[in-house]
Amino acid sequence: MKIIVSVKQVPARDSALQADSDGKWLDESDLTYEMNEPDAYALEEALQLKEKLGGEVVVVCLGPQRATQTIREALAKGADRAIHIEVSEGVVLDALATARLLAKAIEQEASEFILTGLQSDDLGYGQTGVVLAELLGYAHATIVMEVEPQGNAVRVKRELEDGWFQNVVLPLPVLLTIQSGIKKLRYATLMGIKKAKTKEIKTIPSAHLGVDAASGLKLEHVYPPQRSKQSQILTGDAKQAAKKLVEKLKFEARVI
Amino acid sequence: MSVLVVLEQQNGKWNRMSFEALAAGQKIAQSVGAPLEAAILGAGIAAVTGEAAQYGVAKVYSVDHALLADYTPDGYTAALEQLIRSKQPKYILFPHTYQVRDFAPKLATRFGRPFASDVVDIKTDGVRIEFVRQLFQGKLNADVAVEGEPQFASVQAGAFRAQEAQVSAAPVEPFAVNLDASQIRSKPEQPFREAQRSVDLGAADVIVSVGRGIKEKDNLPVVEALAEALGAELAASRPICDNGWLPMERQVGSSGQTVAPKVYFAVGISGAIQHLVGMKGSKVVVAINKDENAPIFESADYGVVGDLFEVVPALVEEIKKAKA
Ligand SMILES: Cc1cc2nc3c(=O)[nH]c(=O)nc-3n(C[C@H](O)[C@H](O)[C@H](O)COP(=O)(O)OP(=O)(O)OC[C@H]3O[C@@H](n4cnc5c(N)ncnc54)[C@H](O)[C@@H]3O)c2cc1C
Ligand SMILES: Nc1ncnc2c1ncn2[C@@H]1O[C@H](COP(=O)(O)O)[C@@H](O)[C@H]1O
Repeated sequence: MKIIVSVKQVPARDSALQADSDGKWLDESDLTYEMNEPDAYALEEALQLKEKLGGEVVVVCLGPQRATQTIREALAKGADRAIHIEVSEGVVLDALATARLLAKAIEQEASEFILTGLQSDDLGYGQTGVVLAELLGYAHATIVMEVEPQGNAVRVKRELEDGWFQNVVLPLPVLLTIQSGIKKLRYATLMGIKKAKTKEIKTIPSAHLGVDAASGLKLEHVYPPQRSKQSQILTGDAKQAAKKLVEKLKFEARVI
Repeated sequence: MSVLVVLEQQNGKWNRMSFEALAAGQKIAQSVGAPLEAAILGAGIAAVTGEAAQYGVAKVYSVDHALLADYTPDGYTAALEQLIRSKQPKYILFPHTYQVRDFAPKLATRFGRPFASDVVDIKTDGVRIEFVRQLFQGKLNADVAVEGEPQFASVQAGAFRAQEAQVSAAPVEPFAVNLDASQIRSKPEQPFREAQRSVDLGAADVIVSVGRGIKEKDNLPVVEALAEALGAELAASRPICDNGWLPMERQVGSSGQTVAPKVYFAVGISGAIQHLVGMKGSKVVVAINKDENAPIFESADYGVVGDLFEVVPALVEEIKKAKA
């Protein structure tokens, strides 16, 4: 089985985020980056599928040069090789544009499975996987919590709203968008990190794919949301704030 | 040149977010001077289409077909593709439900079009529309413009106040679609819930909910002490349950439990929309977070900006004093 997993590099959680001076994107000068969290779960599921079915796990990532760090991390955890679609620093693409480039880069691979994360932590479109499936003609399922291969088909457990679930059977080839928490994440071993250095990363400059990715969707303006600040912020050191809060809860909200 | 809103129902029951999407559709329709129309998919949907006709729309398309009885992305995409090609709406809006996440990107791709998903506001000057989306789970906003037509967008839960029913009803127009069972690749089984939960957070008066700010499982006693002092149930955001630090049944949010206690303490929780939808019915919300810009403060009545590892123990002490 060939299993492709898409992995995106995103600004680390807890980063102090600021719009750049012309309000078109982020000021990236002080940011550190990490693997998009749902993609870490997609990778974990891909590795476990390979352990069950044999075959190879291929990572595909679109991002600037710095994204190789995240790709190496995926290889260190056990992916076999990677395809890196390289774009210039500061290029921000929407889901359709991204999926068009990903599709072009992997169409020759003819994989049985493609796993993506459910959603990116930065842009949060929650679409790229589904768009990719449509472009490649794969059946798909989203928000997947369990994957049970059944020969030429797969049975997946999908998460629905309000604590409901649904099993769905789909034919291969299939694209699944993976929900966080599907499996416990592994750590890269020292051995894995060493081995990753020798694994293949095929770098393709995005322009070489010959795809007109432009989708018509434009980020016009990025800015901090207007806060209506309806909350009462209790100030002081921890002790003072705690004291004020208890008073509020006792006399204003009357809940203590 | 209409504004088409796709409403969601299952077995004759509405997904209430449909009426919020309808309100967003009305905002666009009024501003660009276009009729507002609704579409409903399913099998045997006469009752719901009739009801939808009362929500201030010019027309309701009833897309009724046996193969649409159970939702599938292939079936819904094929049916809506036919409707849109025939009626040529300029704007197509959806509520941002899990079902819409599953098929709307596919549908937009059929038209070679982008999809402005999960919008929280719509800016308009009567000609041009800009969709406002959240980036980084609400830490930044972005105004997004779409060139060309049709324009696809979905509306985040709670962003618009639901459209209300009126006395007069619009016409319901059946729209016949051609679907073949062989087009539909996925075989959905019956939806189900996991076995009985042992905690019912819905009944709790006070909830102390912990998020990733707690850093490690070993730090949980810090919030457990607060829950104990308050006689509260302990709950959590999704990552805490994903990591197995607390059982899934204690998760609050769109894929967890919906709660409405008298007081909800959000400790080290950023306030992503999927969390907020599960607790916004709380009477009083207290947020403790070290980031003064954390979106949770927008939903809080009282906030403390600070390190939970200092604030929570101090709070426990004060509560004990107050109760003594
Ligand atoms: C389809 C879907 C369904 C989802 N369903 C749910 C759901 O049901 N429930 C849910 O909760 N999420 C759900 N999520 C995930 C959701 O989008 C968020 O990722 C999640 O809620 C974030 O959890 P968090 O706030 O604990 O973590 P983070 O977003 O990482 O926030 C941690 C917060 O802790 C603060 N902090 C850090 N250290 C400290 C400290 N020492 N003192 C004080 N504060 C500190 C930080 O400032 C930050 O605000 C879902 C996502 C998707 C896509
Ligand atoms: N630049 C990218 N490179 C690789 N995968 C991506 C990229 N952008 C999005 N994806 C994948 O698509 C998923 C959904 O992203 P989004 O549609 O932006 O929310 C992510 O979890 C990734 O698995």
